[in-house]
Amino acid sequence: MALIRTEKLSHTYSTGTPFEHVAIRDICFEAERGEYIGVIGATGSGKSTFIQHLNGLLKPTAGFVYYDGVDIHESKHRTKEVRSKVGLVFQYPEYQLFEATVFDDIAFGPKNMGLPDSELKDRVYEAAGFVGLNESFMQKSPFELSGGEKRRAAIAGVIAMHPEVLILDEPTAGLDPGGQAEIIRNIMNYKNSRDATIILVTHNMEEIARNVDKIFLLRNGYLVSNGTPAEMFCDTEKLAKMGLKAPVAAIIAARLRALGLPVKDGIYTIKQLQAELNKLKSKGGVYA
Amino acid sequence: MLKDITLGQFFPGNTIVNKLDPRTKLVLMIAYIASLFIARGLFAYLFMFVILLTCITISKIKPKAILRGLRPVFIIILVTVFLNIFFIRGETILFQFGFIVITTEGVVTAAFMASRLMMLIVSTFLLTYTTSPISLTNGLEKMLNPLKKIKLPVHEFAMMMSIALRFIPTLIEETDKIISAQKSRGADFETGGLIKRAKSVLPIIVPLFISAFRRADELATAMESRCYHGGEGRTSMKILRFSAADYIALLFGAIVVTIVVLLGIYF
Repeated sequence: MALIRTEKLSHTYSTGTPFEHVAIRDICFEAERGEYIGVIGATGSGKSTFIQHLNGLLKPTAGFVYYDGVDIHESKHRTKEVRSKVGLVFQYPEYQLFEATVFDDIAFGPKNMGLPDSELKDRVYEAAGFVGLNESFMQKSPFELSGGEKRRAAIAGVIAMHPEVLILDEPTAGLDPGGQAEIIRNIMNYKNSRDATIILVTHNMEEIARNVDKIFLLRNGYLVSNGTPAEMFCDTEKLAKMGLKAPVAAIIAARLRALGLPVKDGIYTIKQLQAELNKLKSKGGVYA
Repeated sequence: MLKDITLGQFFPGNTIVNKLDPRTKLVLMIAYIASLFIARGLFAYLFMFVILLTCITISKIKPKAILRGLRPVFIIILVTVFLNIFFIRGETILFQFGFIVITTEGVVTAAFMASRLMMLIVSTFLLTYTTSPISLTNGLEKMLNPLKKIKLPVHEFAMMMSIALRFIPTLIEETDKIISAQKSRGADFETGGLIKRAKSVLPIIVPLFISAFRRADELATAMESRCYHGGEGRTSMKILRFSAADYIALLFGAIVVTIVVLLGIYF
């Protein structure tokens, strides 16, 4: 059974005013335990609205969200319980740091869950470990850190709650390539060690091409398609029409195919492309 | 959500009221409010009400928008009515129970006060709903220009005001975001005693202040890199000019004030 599931989920902002706006419509979504899922879509496609439903921050105007088979809005208590199980990392999470030390900031979430002090310390150190912040950072003010470190401290603040589903909204936005790779590695670490479900929202296709199991594509509030990366990235032109860019490898493969080279379908990472081209080369003849 | 509050929200429109010079509208609003305080007697109030209704109709503001705007001040109006009804002691007693005495004079005064307050607030809506914040501060700056002679920093004041107005929606949005983020870290803003609640605001206030300072800093840099150096020698893209409509509107305003004064004297 799916760990988290939505049924015909819709949300309308400012109902009954001139600013009324339907953000998402009839979204049916499913994620199993331990799955790595990418949610992609252009700006304004409803991604952020959608994920805020998964931990009950927004209440659906229509439809349901089920966690472990139970409606998350069944009772106030249930919603609160789900918030600690479904961790949500917002865009630019470093703007939410507020405590005097990194340690206190990471401990904020677990403390709200009512954990005893003895356990608190372990949680904080473990979470900091996942994002590669060592002990020397713990007593620093979060405002002394660099941009990438701040981001990682903020992510640790959510990880420390031990969420079974970790949702991240554009976690790498505005970081340099080194910092981006680091964050993606941190997320993988957490997923592997706790068998957590990861839901990554992004419009950077390269980032999710390598890791994810499933991709959901949103457009103007509708869930337009979903499938494995191989399925989703084969039609590079369709993606372009939706204002998204397929991974470079998928685009190159499509171009080569158009030029008449027998490159096989379902290529979307540089490694796959390299292997395929080497195979063609070893065949010799005109391709060598 | 915080987003839903109306705070002098501007609705773009294309009516005569929208096109009037902001200075005209400012003067008319002040004149209207002054007349409200001059107005004595039922006829004067009815007259003021008809004028307001006419202006609303001309400017095509939806009654719904006005009602929504009135909601936050509803309690203030209610308190005023309550105080007037119970504490004004007149001659004719309507109702008496123990120490509670309600007199006709009290009820009448309460009704006048409530309608005066409501008309006052709605008249300010007329200004803010039909005038964009930019043209409003522009008009204000032009009107206060003579004060520059006595070394008052009029331009700086107007600039501060337009920046403040510009950032209200931004900060509201930011607050919403921070609240959501802290809520998903399990923060609880709804339960607990006074001290606990006061403490629970900290995770919102600190990031909000930091971001406000950061924005201010960025804005200052952006303004400097576009050579902003205060009001001296600064020209504006939209030069305010009175049109025929403005003169007519001002004349109309003068007539209204006169009528209100006369109504107060003769009725």
